[in-house]
Amino acid sequence: MNKFTEDDLKKELETKEYEYGFYTNIEADKFPVGLNEEVVIAISKKKNEPAWMTEWRLEAFKVWKEMKEPDWANVNYEKPKFQDISYYSAPVQKPKLDSLDQVDPELLKTFEKLGISIDEQKRLSNVAVDIVVDSVSVATTFKKTLNEKGIIFMPISEAIQEHPELVKKYLGTIVPKTDNFYAALNSAVFSDGSFCYIPKGVTCPMELSTYFRINEGGTGQFERTLVIADKGSYVSYLEGCTAPARDENQLHAAVVELIALDDAEIKYSTVQNWFPGDAEGKGGVYNFVTKRGLCEKNAKISWTQVETGSAVTWKYPSCVLKGDNSVGEFYSIAVTNNHQQADTGTKMIHLGNNTKSTIISKGVSAGHSQNSYRGLVQIGARAKNARNFSQCDSLLMGNKCGAHTFPYIEAKNKTAQIEHEATTSKIGEDQLFYCNQRGIDTEKAIALIVNGFSKEVLNKLPMEFAVEAQKLLEISLEGSVG
Amino acid sequence: MNLKEKLVSSFLAFENKGVLDLDSNVHSIRSKAIQNFEKEGFPSKKDEEWKYTSLNSLLKHDFSLFPKTEKPIGFKNVKEFLINEIESYTLIFIDGVFSSFLSDTTHDDCDVCILSSALTRPKYKMVIDNYFNTIAKNNNSLTELNTAFSVEGAFINIPKNTIVPKPIQILNFSTGSEKEALLQPRNLVVVGENSHVQIIERHQNLSKNTVLTNSVTEIFVHKRAIVDYYKIQNDTKDSSLIDSTFVTQKQQSVASVNTYSFGGKLTRNNLEFYHEGEHITSNLNGISILNNKQHVDNHTLVNHKYPNCESHELYKGIYADKSTGVFNGKVIVQQEAQKTNAFQQNNNILIDDGATINAKPQLEIFADDVKCSHGCTIGQLDESALFYMQSRGIPKKEAKALLLFAFGNDVVEKIKIPQLKSRITKLIAQNLGVNLGFEL
Repeated sequence: MNKFTEDDLKKELETKEYEYGFYTNIEADKFPVGLNEEVVIAISKKKNEPAWMTEWRLEAFKVWKEMKEPDWANVNYEKPKFQDISYYSAPVQKPKLDSLDQVDPELLKTFEKLGISIDEQKRLSNVAVDIVVDSVSVATTFKKTLNEKGIIFMPISEAIQEHPELVKKYLGTIVPKTDNFYAALNSAVFSDGSFCYIPKGVTCPMELSTYFRINEGGTGQFERTLVIADKGSYVSYLEGCTAPARDENQLHAAVVELIALDDAEIKYSTVQNWFPGDAEGKGGVYNFVTKRGLCEKNAKISWTQVETGSAVTWKYPSCVLKGDNSVGEFYSIAVTNNHQQADTGTKMIHLGNNTKSTIISKGVSAGHSQNSYRGLVQIGARAKNARNFSQCDSLLMGNKCGAHTFPYIEAKNKTAQIEHEATTSKIGEDQLFYCNQRGIDTEKAIALIVNGFSKEVLNKLPMEFAVEAQKLLEISLEGSVG
Repeated sequence: MNLKEKLVSSFLAFENKGVLDLDSNVHSIRSKAIQNFEKEGFPSKKDEEWKYTSLNSLLKHDFSLFPKTEKPIGFKNVKEFLINEIESYTLIFIDGVFSSFLSDTTHDDCDVCILSSALTRPKYKMVIDNYFNTIAKNNNSLTELNTAFSVEGAFINIPKNTIVPKPIQILNFSTGSEKEALLQPRNLVVVGENSHVQIIERHQNLSKNTVLTNSVTEIFVHKRAIVDYYKIQNDTKDSSLIDSTFVTQKQQSVASVNTYSFGGKLTRNNLEFYHEGEHITSNLNGISILNNKQHVDNHTLVNHKYPNCESHELYKGIYADKSTGVFNGKVIVQQEAQKTNAFQQNNNILIDDGATINAKPQLEIFADDVKCSHGCTIGQLDESALFYMQSRGIPKKEAKALLLFAFGNDVVEKIKIPQLKSRITKLIAQNLGVNLGFEL
């Protein structure tokens, strides 16, 4: 066998097409482009929302109009034209179906290509999937099992109808509608998303999961997720994304709010694989996401993310450690290739006593990509015995990419203990040589080393996701090192 | 009239005072600088670089820009601030005016003199044209402000193959002849090939009046030259300092800048290293020991542009009472700078509630074959070590001081002048409020 050289690898990588780049032909119910108060009202009406919700959206829209798009992130991109986007798109699939047989076979095929295959998942993986295709949930499984436990897991649009008291109480409390430009936009126009409520003392028996797909060309997707874990409960939530290849940039501005009440634990895992654009950096998804969780007493929130997609990523899953003894965790792998840009990280806000946080961030950059870690660790003046450990490691492949770290550390309490370390390196020639020497070819050796590099994070993923994540890492990276 | 307007309107008067040559290059540099300053104004907390340091409390003062020097200052007044134990060249400025009586300059093997004479004498025209304001330009508005009013400061020009036999001490005193004074010293240091120089710099307020010093230093280090620069910042509680130092290094040179911040109301250190050749070593060391309401902001930048260079950065901070520390260390490794070794370390101890540390160790890396790391910690003294010492009869206060002293010792160890080292040790002991019972 010929030796797999660096050039070969580079070539293979550059020509590698987005594997999930297909486009389903489904007739969609779509709004004309543009955004104004009427559109916001129309979205609200379409969803049959109560008046308070419409009001809430309009307030957000009012704030958004006054806001400026942020430009502090270490990314360059052509700003989306907000008036050229259609703010609502739903597959024409009404009324709701009871079984899979009734689902459009074309849609089912899409899922199969993505490897979701609902019936198989139903049987084998014990995952309840709430599949969101272009903003409207079309299939919800395992609802029954969850119902027995009193767990509410449904599209947020339904939750607004069925559990308005919960939505009203918690929506926008963690990410206020005035929080930032994209959060305000999302608050105004969010079309759908997931809502999850775990009652007191209940351990959710299965991993809850949602797949997002951007399907219709030219529509932005504005997902809104709200997860509430009541006292003493536990839930593990998975979110995964793949999107078909498109030429124009698509905007994705989601908001995720997690609330962990006393003694509760939320584990939120994401595998993100939006279309990153082709080798020239053309096309690709803009991913501007606001994710934040609130921990009450003894609560724990753990974010795990594998980021391999999107042309531009701007995402900081954060934890507000309000209650005493609460714990925040952040595990992330961000892989960028070709012309991708990622500015991602976390914020750990320590407010309660004895709060702990751990940040493990692994960045891998290849091609012409730029990968930034931006994190904040803040210890409030009254937060006694706060503890933080942060580690950001970057792996660079080739000399046309960049790795950056922007950690902010602010301590106002003398009992705080904070450690931060960051390293940047490439795959060592000696490491490769060692593998080669033992009969492992270069490509496999690289996979091995990258896998080892990201192991700490991959280990944190639930089983079902770990497999997919590993596959994604392979797709994005194999053969990109020399 | 606010301070900015006052500064801008004073510029004309300053230029027309007669001492300045209005035809020279320097005149156009100054005019441009004041225009830039007028455009940008003072930085605010909205600037990312000034996120943690507010100048507002300083800008309220009605500073007099050209303080009169009335009070006679004798050697006995300034003696304690000099490192006397060694022979040295000294450059002493009183309220921004050079004091030839107190100073000890030379033109023998090298030029250790003052900027005002370098700016006017044709002999130095080449040097000034080649170096003056070449790295400090295009920076922040405070540097522009200094440039606009640059007239006096140290001028050190070391030719090729010269080892300066004695360290050079640069001292800036203010006598408090005005209630509120703004001083803007401007230093230029050019070190030729294979040369070596050691410089100690200090700003000192002799009165209880308010002083703001906006100092700019440019250092050029040529091939294989070695420069050790020490900054002692132990001023009174009414004195503030904005100190900007720019270093350009040629191949195989070694430049070290050590900053010791123990006093002053507000201290902001901008320290920037630019590389212009391979195999360069840059060392940045600093220690801050603060109490009361002091504020120290260390901003550093190392810009790696060429392969095979190294940078080592070590900053330690001990913060008591309501003091605030800021560390913002930026390391940039450009695409061409392969085989770079860049290390950055920042350790902090908060002694009291109310003390704050804001750290931002930042790496921007565009080359793949590099070794770069940064570490940042915030913590407390080891309780068990403290207990160990107490159980052996060392009072808690001394034990604490010993541990803190040990914490800062890595940085003190880097000092290459023994007399300076013992002086710094004493200052540290004094600031920790304890007699260590030993000398180094």
